[in-house]
Amino acid sequence: MSEPIVHIARLNSWYGRGKGRKQVLRDVSLKLAPGEVLGVVGESGSGKSTLAKCVLGMVTDITGTLEVNSPRPQMVFQDPYGSLNPAKTVGWILEEPLRTAGVKDKGERRQRVRDFLPLVGLEEEHLARRPAQLSGGQRQRVAIAAALIQGSRLIVLDEPVSALDVTLQAQILRLLADLKEELGLSYLFISHDLAVVYQLCDRVAVMTGGEIVEEGDVDEIYDHPRHAYTKKLLAASLALD
Amino acid sequence: MMLDVQELSVAFTDRQEPFTAVDKFSLQMDRGEIVGIVGESGSGKSMTAHALMGLIPRSRAAVTGRALFEGVDLLPLPREALRQYQGRDLSIIFQEPMTSLNPTMRIGKQVEEALFIHGKLSPGERKAKALAAMELAGLPDPEGLYRQYPHQLSGGMRQRVMIAAALVLRPRLLIADEPTTALDVTIQAQILDTLKDINRQEGTAILFISHDLGVVKALCSRVVVMKQGRIVETGPAEQVFHHPREDYTKLLIASRPSRKKLRGGGEHE
Repeated sequence: MSEPIVHIARLNSWYGRGKGRKQVLRDVSLKLAPGEVLGVVGESGSGKSTLAKCVLGMVTDITGTLEVNSPRPQMVFQDPYGSLNPAKTVGWILEEPLRTAGVKDKGERRQRVRDFLPLVGLEEEHLARRPAQLSGGQRQRVAIAAALIQGSRLIVLDEPVSALDVTLQAQILRLLADLKEELGLSYLFISHDLAVVYQLCDRVAVMTGGEIVEEGDVDEIYDHPRHAYTKKLLAASLALD
Repeated sequence: MMLDVQELSVAFTDRQEPFTAVDKFSLQMDRGEIVGIVGESGSGKSMTAHALMGLIPRSRAAVTGRALFEGVDLLPLPREALRQYQGRDLSIIFQEPMTSLNPTMRIGKQVEEALFIHGKLSPGERKAKALAAMELAGLPDPEGLYRQYPHQLSGGMRQRVMIAAALVLRPRLLIADEPTTALDVTIQAQILDTLKDINRQEGTAILFISHDLGVVKALCSRVVVMKQGRIVETGPAEQVFHHPREDYTKLLIASRPSRKKLRGGGEHE
């Protein structure tokens, strides 16, 4: 295995201070290789979103090893309506990551945005619209484009299709699979949905109570779960029959 | 026949362009049946449920057609007459129990609420009925929960409280509008088991509204597929899921995540 793009070993993290300080992650270890998709599944409170935030450097109260060997890792959130600035146009939103990356020339920014649109299935006419004037699927395409346009190779996807209707969900998952191949991306894919994880991921880590209870190849885990919690989760997942 | 809905339509009149949210919806349901309505956002599935419960303000929308419950058309009934049916004959539970429960009211009182509207019972009788309904809804230690508040309960427990409140008068029809959508998958499985138990034990018919085909397939014997206010396809669950006739139903089923690998550039089994 080449040098991992994410290397986490015995990671612990906490929220709060003093008496209210609460441990969220417990001895979490995982590796993500370049070009790999690693799913992290768990239910509410499992710590999966906290793990995602750690990878992006958004959690500071941590101990253990956390190495991210990719500049500017980016995140795509569940609800693009909440993560896109409602007052700005799509064009502005897509130029913003380039501005923060130091691309000062306006013409260059605009050209790079226009060049990027076909990759995520958006049209030039969308550039003048605001998030409210887009459909849910289009908004998530904008959020994905905004995450990718700086040239990041590591993308953390936090429930990226959970808020979408099932037909849109299928389109966005297909888009993510295509982008991964075309751009050589690595994904850390956070989800509560085992069926969605199966479709996109090479390996999966199952989390509960802040710990990874089982990790391995998706087929191996889905066909031969060893941990009782994984078995329970699979049994409850109605979409997999 | 318990429920006979004939050409139910809901047309919103309170906006510039009149908008038909439900267009000639028809459905027959027998006692003890579990029927699913499945569709995406904007399909009109929730609006249909709300119209049947009389929850659409008449100032905002015209509700036309007929909705016969045991032979009585519910749609033209005045508010007070309709209240005699709500809770006693048909009840509804919603997706988000936290917004439907009163945060300042103890669990027991909320479960009992329908008993105040229907009939005069002593406090002791009310409590006995509430505890029985809580037991039926699968709540552990009903006596202890009786005095607690909603914020002290988990999401799954809150939904069980809603189910208990909806069942306290033992209605013959329970309308469940995405009742497990906000819940974790293991909790969802438990709630679905509870609904099945209630259906078996009490003979309560369930009209189950959901965007989730997997859930509908697990629970319902008959399915109605809706899109943009109209019924696309209807039939026994087995037939609709395994031999869909309409393109939209096929698309819905094909879109459902399954054990199928997605790879860039093409799909592989």
